[in-house]
Amino acid sequence: MHFSNFADFIDMGGYGFYVWLAYGITFGLLLILTLSSIFKRKSLFKEINAKQRRDEKLQKLRAGNKNHEP
Amino acid sequence: MNQPTSYAQTFYNVFKRDMQVAVRNKGDVINPLIFLIIVITLFPLGIGPETAVLTRIAPGIIWVAALLAALLSLERLFKSDFVDGSLEQMLLSPQPLFIMVFAKITAHWLLTGVPIIIIAPLLAMMLHMEQSAYPALLITLLLGTPILSLIGAIGVALTVGIKKGGVLLSLLILPMYIPVLIFATGAIEAASVNVPYSGHVAIMAALLIGALTLAPLATSAALRVSTN
Amino acid sequence: MWKWLHPYAKPERSYQLASTLLPWFTISSIIVLIIGVVWALAFAPVDIYQKDYYRIIYIHVPAATLSMSVYMAMASATFIGMVWQLKLSDAAAAAMAPIGATLTTIALVTGAIWGAPSWGTSWVWDARLTSYLILLFIYLGIIALQNAFEDKVLASRAAGILTIVGAVNIPIIKYSVEWWNTLHQGATISKFEQPSMGDDMLYPLLINLFGFALMIAALSIVRFRNEVLARDSMRPWVKELVAKECK
Repeated sequence: MHFSNFADFIDMGGYGFYVWLAYGITFGLLLILTLSSIFKRKSLFKEINAKQRRDEKLQKLRAGNKNHEP
Repeated sequence: MNQPTSYAQTFYNVFKRDMQVAVRNKGDVINPLIFLIIVITLFPLGIGPETAVLTRIAPGIIWVAALLAALLSLERLFKSDFVDGSLEQMLLSPQPLFIMVFAKITAHWLLTGVPIIIIAPLLAMMLHMEQSAYPALLITLLLGTPILSLIGAIGVALTVGIKKGGVLLSLLILPMYIPVLIFATGAIEAASVNVPYSGHVAIMAALLIGALTLAPLATSAALRVSTN
Repeated sequence: MWKWLHPYAKPERSYQLASTLLPWFTISSIIVLIIGVVWALAFAPVDIYQKDYYRIIYIHVPAATLSMSVYMAMASATFIGMVWQLKLSDAAAAAMAPIGATLTTIALVTGAIWGAPSWGTSWVWDARLTSYLILLFIYLGIIALQNAFEDKVLASRAAGILTIVGAVNIPIIKYSVEWWNTLHQGATISKFEQPSMGDDMLYPLLINLFGFALMIAALSIVRFRNEVLARDSMRPWVKELVAKECK
């Protein structure tokens, strides 16, 4: 362990602001990228599912129309 | 049946057609030039009229303004042909697309690059450029403006099918223009302090030859993507 | 010899492979990154030349190195996609562009934050900084072009051409910027000296480099799966998958 106590660790020899800002921005940006990738997947699933439902409904309607016609 | 047209004939036909279109729409040729002159006028107004400052920044201003003017004029390279459908006919024709694209780029350079070269000495005089830098300015413009048209053609070909492609075009193309800007202004600055600048000119010539061989190929590929 | 590779040209097989690999990459990248970051922040020694702000190097260098590598990977994938007409490798290239852009942004921002205490200014028109800024512009152009097309396949092919043009241009830009910098470098601060690092300082850097690479792999897989799903959304296997997931 390089630092003797926790306060020293946060202070980073007086450069705490710079170090923590850099690490914060880095992992913040990476987190945003990760979350957006995961949410993209969720919304894709929702989209495809909704489209599937719509197609099924349309098909049912069509089948129903055919039964009424004769 | 009909004789297959030779490559030279194909080149000439496309080239002549583009020149005729330009003669009928003179604004397309003149407007970028007026834009260039206005931009050059804005700089002294913004920075101040001190001769020493203007002399120092003249090469950079002229080249940046030339880049922007080239960018403005690029859109008409393929846009109107795309809208009226003649671009599609070009793609369907049996002649190699490389030749036709090359003819169009040549016409574009003659209509937008050459006028810039012609008025460049006037702009240089307005900005009090060093006397010794005039030849370098003309040589770099002569070598550089074709590169602008060639690289720009790739960008226009990529964005021609997109509705608001104008801003996107500048986003795609301007980073690619950076080497030209650096070497051109470097040559002019070297010339203005009477240092030999043949090295910069040689690199620009190399860039031009590279662009001449590769850019029409990339442009043809891009046109095939964006028109289907 | 390469026969075993052929089935993976099918989106379904590739998707399954990606799904199998994903947990391994995710878990290993998280473990390696935690070890690397904790070591870098708390245990790495400080030598007399550097103050504690040098700890930024442990994220700055991996991000900067790998942002270039991601471009190389993207260009290779695009090239493969163009030559062998593989739709999947287009999907891979499209998946990687935002990751590369993020890494380049991280490299620039951490570089600026590091510059503030060590150079006394956040931004220097240093050759390396400038060429990374231009790399970021190129990444943004590729992403913008991808988003401008409605059709995913067309978008990838257009962005692919731009990627290849960029790949040809990036070395030229890099050298021209370096040359420009040596010409113009006046009274500004010279490039930062990199004194040879001691082992104690080097190990966390290597671990972080490895951890970033694993993380990029994991993110690429996540985004690759998205791209494959979006491209194949009308295929039966995707419908089955969605039906299973959304019950």
